[in-house]
Amino acid sequence: MDSFTVTVNGEPRTVHGARPHETLLGWLRDGGLTGCKEGCAEGECGACAVLVSRPDGQGGTRLESVNACLLLLPAMNGQEVITAEGLGSPTDLHPVQRELAVRGGSQCGYCTPGFVVSMAAEYYRPERRDGEHHAPNGFDIHALSGNLCRCTGYRPIQDAAYALDTPPQGDPLATRRSRPAPTPPPTRLSGPDGAFYRPADLAQALDLLAEHPDAKLLAGGTDWGVEVNLRHARADVTIAVDGLDELRELEWHSDHVRLGAGLNLSELERRLDGRIPLMAEWFPQFASRLIRNSATLGGNLGTASPIGDSPPTLLALDASLVLASRTGEREVPLADFFRGYRQTDLGGGELIRAIKVPLPLAPLTGFYKYAKRRFDDISSVAVGIALELDGDRVRRVRIGLGGVAATPLRAVETEQALVGQPWTETTVREAARLLRREGTPLSDHRASAEYRAAMLEQTLLKFFHERRDVARV
Amino acid sequence: MTSLHERPHNGAVGDAIPHESASLHVTGHALYTDDLGVRLAGLLHAWPVQAPHAHARVTRLDVSQALNVRGVVRVLTAADVPGANDAGVKGDEPLFPTEVMYHGHPVAWVLGDSADAARRGAQAVEVGYEVLPSLVTVQEAIAAESFQGAQSTLRRGDITLGFEGAAHTFEGEFEMGGQEHFYLETNAALAYVDEGGQVFIQSSTQHPSETQEIAAHVLGLDSAQVTVQCLRMGGGFGGKEMQPHGYAAIAALGSVLTGRPVRLRLNRTQDMTLTGKRHPFHAQWKVAFDDNGKLRALQATLTSDGGWSLDLSEPVMARALCHIDNAYFIPHVEVRGRIARTNKTSQTAFRGFGGPQGMLVIEDILGRCAPLLGLPAHELRRRNFYRPGEATPYGQPVRHAERLEDLWGQLLVSGDFAARTAEVEAFNAAHPHTKRGLAITPVKFGISFNFTAYNQAGALVHVYKDGSVLINHGGTEMGQGLHTKMIQVAATALGVPVGWVRLAPTRTDKVPNTSATAASSGADLNGGAIKDACEQIQARLAAVAAGALGVHPGDVRFEEGLVYPLGHPDKGIDFKQLVHDAYHLRTQLWAAGYYRTPGLHWDRVAMHGEPFKYFAYGAAIAEVEVDGFSGLYRTRRVDILQDVGDSLSPLIDIGQVEGGFVQGAGWLTLEELRWDESDGPNRGRLNTQAASTYKLPSFSEMPEVFNVALLERATETGVVYGSKAVGEPPLMLGISVREALRQAAAAFGPGGRTQELASPATPEAVFWALEAARRAQTEPVAADD
Repeated sequence: MDSFTVTVNGEPRTVHGARPHETLLGWLRDGGLTGCKEGCAEGECGACAVLVSRPDGQGGTRLESVNACLLLLPAMNGQEVITAEGLGSPTDLHPVQRELAVRGGSQCGYCTPGFVVSMAAEYYRPERRDGEHHAPNGFDIHALSGNLCRCTGYRPIQDAAYALDTPPQGDPLATRRSRPAPTPPPTRLSGPDGAFYRPADLAQALDLLAEHPDAKLLAGGTDWGVEVNLRHARADVTIAVDGLDELRELEWHSDHVRLGAGLNLSELERRLDGRIPLMAEWFPQFASRLIRNSATLGGNLGTASPIGDSPPTLLALDASLVLASRTGEREVPLADFFRGYRQTDLGGGELIRAIKVPLPLAPLTGFYKYAKRRFDDISSVAVGIALELDGDRVRRVRIGLGGVAATPLRAVETEQALVGQPWTETTVREAARLLRREGTPLSDHRASAEYRAAMLEQTLLKFFHERRDVARV
Repeated sequence: MTSLHERPHNGAVGDAIPHESASLHVTGHALYTDDLGVRLAGLLHAWPVQAPHAHARVTRLDVSQALNVRGVVRVLTAADVPGANDAGVKGDEPLFPTEVMYHGHPVAWVLGDSADAARRGAQAVEVGYEVLPSLVTVQEAIAAESFQGAQSTLRRGDITLGFEGAAHTFEGEFEMGGQEHFYLETNAALAYVDEGGQVFIQSSTQHPSETQEIAAHVLGLDSAQVTVQCLRMGGGFGGKEMQPHGYAAIAALGSVLTGRPVRLRLNRTQDMTLTGKRHPFHAQWKVAFDDNGKLRALQATLTSDGGWSLDLSEPVMARALCHIDNAYFIPHVEVRGRIARTNKTSQTAFRGFGGPQGMLVIEDILGRCAPLLGLPAHELRRRNFYRPGEATPYGQPVRHAERLEDLWGQLLVSGDFAARTAEVEAFNAAHPHTKRGLAITPVKFGISFNFTAYNQAGALVHVYKDGSVLINHGGTEMGQGLHTKMIQVAATALGVPVGWVRLAPTRTDKVPNTSATAASSGADLNGGAIKDACEQIQARLAAVAAGALGVHPGDVRFEEGLVYPLGHPDKGIDFKQLVHDAYHLRTQLWAAGYYRTPGLHWDRVAMHGEPFKYFAYGAAIAEVEVDGFSGLYRTRRVDILQDVGDSLSPLIDIGQVEGGFVQGAGWLTLEELRWDESDGPNRGRLNTQAASTYKLPSFSEMPEVFNVALLERATETGVVYGSKAVGEPPLMLGISVREALRQAAAAFGPGGRTQELASPATPEAVFWALEAARRAQTEPVAADD
C-alpha cells in the first residue's frame, strides 16, 4: 500500500510514502501541528502527548493519552488522533485549556499542550467519580506523572486538574465516546527503509514471523521507539502484534489466570481491578500513565531488560509464559525464560502470547522499587515478594529481583532458607542477610552496588515490618 | 512625571492576570523557534559530528564519504568560516576545534535535506583523533593545578583575629553537584538570508544581542548586517544566556553558504552532552563561632568546575563569593574562589548564577555545626541574621535587613513551626523506621548584574493613530512572564487597558545593544525603559489634552483609556480620540525609552563595592519524611514567604516562587549528573544524558501541602512600580528541603552529633546518612570539635 489515512482532529489526512521508522510526532509536526513538541524523544517528558481513540470493550471509545514520539506512523493506519490544537482554539478554549490558562498553569508553555492532552484524557475517563484518587472530582493526578514541567512546580496544574467538572451535555468528544473506535486495519508497507506489517490475525502474524525470524515485534513500542529515536535503530521488518485479539485475552481459570501479552498495562490494570494485589501494587509504579497506555506485559518481558519492573512481580507470582509459533504453543516458567543480558528463551518464529499466573495467590505480597524519583523512574533495584504462611511458619515464598544481575532473577537461596522457618524477626534478619548476597549488582549512574545490595537486605526487613501485623490476623 | 516606584490609581500593575500567551500555550498555538521551519521551503537540517573522547587532537577530518550520503548537501568545517572561528566572548571557544576538549565536542556540522540525512552524513564523516590525557573531576583538576580565569578573594576584617580565642572552631569539606537546565525546549536556531540581504536568525536565546554579535563575527559581518529574533523560549534558566550563540552561528553560516534556510535543533541527548550546566563546586572551609553561636570568622576556598572553557565562570564565581554570607553577618571573612578547567561541557549560567552554590556552603556549615553548638538549627540561623546598618563582606550596606527578621517571624507563625517541631519530635519518638525532619532556611539575594554595564535597557513604544499600542523591549520571554509584566507596565504608564497593548517579539533591529535577560533583572531594567518611553509619549499627549480640557498638563490624568482633568473623571475624553487629535496636531506618538540602574559600582579585583541595587529576601519551611529502610523520602509540607516588593503581577510571581523552589529542591535532592570518571574508553562521557537517566522533579516531588505567600507592604523604592526581582531568589528556598532531610537522617541517631549529607541528597545519599546516624546510636558519642 502506498498511502493510508489517519484522522487528526476530526479531519482525515492522507499519509503518502510513510517510512517504517517515522514517528507520529514527526509527521504531525511536519504537517503543521507544531503544538505537539519533542522534549526528550523517549516517552519521559510527555510534551508530545496526543489522544488516541481506542475500543472501550463495550462497543464505544476511550480517549487515551499516549506519547506520539514513540508511536510509529505506519502503526497509526486508520487511527484517530487528537492534539491540543484539536481540543480548542485561543478564542474557544476547551475546559481543560481554560482552567490551565487562568490558573497560571503555563509558564514557558512548551510542555503545556502535552499536559492539556493528559488532562483531557482524565477529563474524559469514564470511570472518574468524585472523591476517588483523593481528589474532589476524582482526577487521578498521577495520570500526569509522565508529563514534565520545568517551570511551574506543578501546583497550578494540580489546581486546574481538580477544578475540572464533568464534560457538559453535547461535548463533542464526550459524545464521540459512545461510537465505536476504529480498529487497526491490516497493513503492509515496504520500501527502501524496511517493511512494516500489521497482520490480520495471529496465524498470519506467525506466518510472517516464520518468514522473517529476525523481525522486530511491535506491541506498545515504548521500548522500540526509544531505540529508534535515541539509538537510531532500524529494523528490516517490523510486525505489529498489539491489536491481535488472540493476544488480548484475560481469562480466569480454576488454577490460573491467563493474561494476554498484547494488553496494554492500563487495560490490564482496569480489567484486573485489584484482583491480583501484587500487580495492583506494582502498576502505578511502572513508568507513567502515558507509557502504560501503550506498553504491554509481552513487550516488557520480551525486551528482557534486567531492570524491567514486570519480571520481579511476575517471578514472585510464579508466572509462566505461553509462547506461540507456527508449529504450536509451549509453556515456559518465567524463571527459565531469561537466558542472559537481554536474551530470552524465545526461538526464531516465536512470540509471547500470554502470561499465566497460578492460583490461588499467595496471601502476603509486596512490591518494592528503589529509584531516585518516586514515580516514572527506572528502578535501581526492584523486588517482588509473595509469601504464604502455615501458622507461624513459612509454607512457601517467592522473591523476584530486578536490577541486581544481567537478568531478572529469583532469590532461590533466600526462598529455600525461609521455607519451613518461623516468620520471626530473627529468621527474617538471617534471611535478609542472605538476600543481600543474591545477584551480582553493579555500580552505575542510578545507584552504587553497595546500595543495591543493602536494598535487597532492607526489603525483606521492610516487608516483615509492614506485613507483620497483617500476618498475625 | 511620577517617581519610579509610585503607582497610579487603577493601573494594571499588581493585577493577577494570566501569562500573556496562556491561551496560545494551552492550545498549542504558541510558536517556538523550531516550529517555524515548516513555513520555509528548501529547509536544511544541521547535525553535529561529535567526538568520542574527552580530550584529543583532531589529526584528520575527511568529509568526502558524508557528501556521498543521499540528502547531504554540505559539511561545515573550520575552512568555511569567513570571520572568526569562535563561538564565545572570551576567545576560547573555537566553533570548529582542532583540539577536542570534552566528550561530544562537535568537530564539524553536516547539512542535509532531512535531519535523518544529516545524521547519516555525520556518521560518515571520518575523523582521526590522537587521544590526550584528560581531567574529568574537580579533584583531578585541583591535583593537576588546572585552573582558568581570574582567581579572586573576598576579604573583610582580620581572619587570624577571627579565629583567635574563638569559643568554637570547626572545619570541613563539601562537594555539591551541578545541574542540567533541562528547559523543555532544547537549543534551536533557524537562519536565512532575507529579502533585504541581511542574515536573519531566529534563535532560542536569552541574549539576542550577543547571539547577533557572535554570529556576525563568525560570518565576518558587522552587527548591522545580522538580525536576531527570539519569539519566546521553552524555558531558559540561564542555559540560553551564552550557549545558543554557536548554534545560531552554525545555522547562519550554513544559510550564507548554501543560500537555503538552515534549521539547527539539538535533540535532548545533544543538548545534554553539548551545553554547559550549573557549576559543581568544591568547598574547603573553617568557621569560628563565639559562645552565643554568633559567627566570628569564615575562611574558605571554593573551587568551581568550569569545564573546558571560561564562558561565564568568572562572574558565576563572583556571585558565589558575594552570597557565601547569605543572610548572616560574619565579621571576619577570607574566601578564595578559583575555577577548575576540566574536560567537560563548559559550565555556565543557571538560575542563581553561583549564588546558590555560595549560599549552600554556609547553610551546610550551619546545618552541620548547629548540633555541635547545642543549638537548634533555626535558632543558630536567626541569631546570625544581618541587622540594619550592617554591611556585607564586600562592603555593601544590607538594605532592609530588618525584613529578614520580619519574614522569619511571620513564617514561623503562619507555618506553625513550634507546634510542628513538637509533632515531629513525637512522631520520631514513636516510629523507629520512619523519621520526619522540619527545617527553616532564609535567602538574601543581591539584585543587579555584578557586571555593571549590563544594568541598562532599552524599549520602543509605538502608539498608533487608532490608540492601539505596540511595545518592544530588549528582554526575552522564557516563561518567566516578563512580557506579561511589560504589558502591565506599559498599560499602567500610558493609562490604557492591558488589552490595547500588544507586545512584539524581541528583535535586535528594534532595540539594540541589549543585556541578557538574566540575573532576575528583566522586569526591573526593561520595565524602567518601557515606563520611560510611555511617559515621554504621555507627556506629549498631556500637553494636547491640557489644551482641550483647559487645565495645566500636570493636572491631566490617564486611566484605563480615559483622559480627564484631576478630580473630574466625568469630564474625561477618550484616549483614542486624544491620540487621533494629537496626530493631527503633529505630535510624535512613539518613543524610545532607556533605563540604567543608578548607584552601582563594583571593583571585581578587590571584590568590593555596591554591585546590587537591593536584596530580595525570602524564607521557607520544609517538612520531609524519610523511610529508614531505603532512604526514600517525600516532602510533606512547604511554607514559603517571599519578598517581591509590590508585585507587578502576583499570579506570575507566585509561579516564579513555586517553580524556583521546586527547581532548587530538584538540584539538591534528585537531579544528579554522572560522568564517566573511569579510565575506560568512555572516560568523560556524560552518563546521565537523557530524561530517563537524569530525573527532574515530577508531580510526585511536589510538596503535599504547598503554601506560598508574598510579603505584604514591601514597596521597593527606586524600582519600577515598587516591585522586586523574583526569578532567581526562590530557587535557594529549596535548601530548606535538604536541611529537613538532614534533620530526619540525624533523627535515626543520637542528638548532638553533626550530620553530613551528600548533595544531591538522593535516596541513596540519605540512606548512607541515616546509616551513619544509626551506627552512632550504638557507638559512644564523639567529641564535638
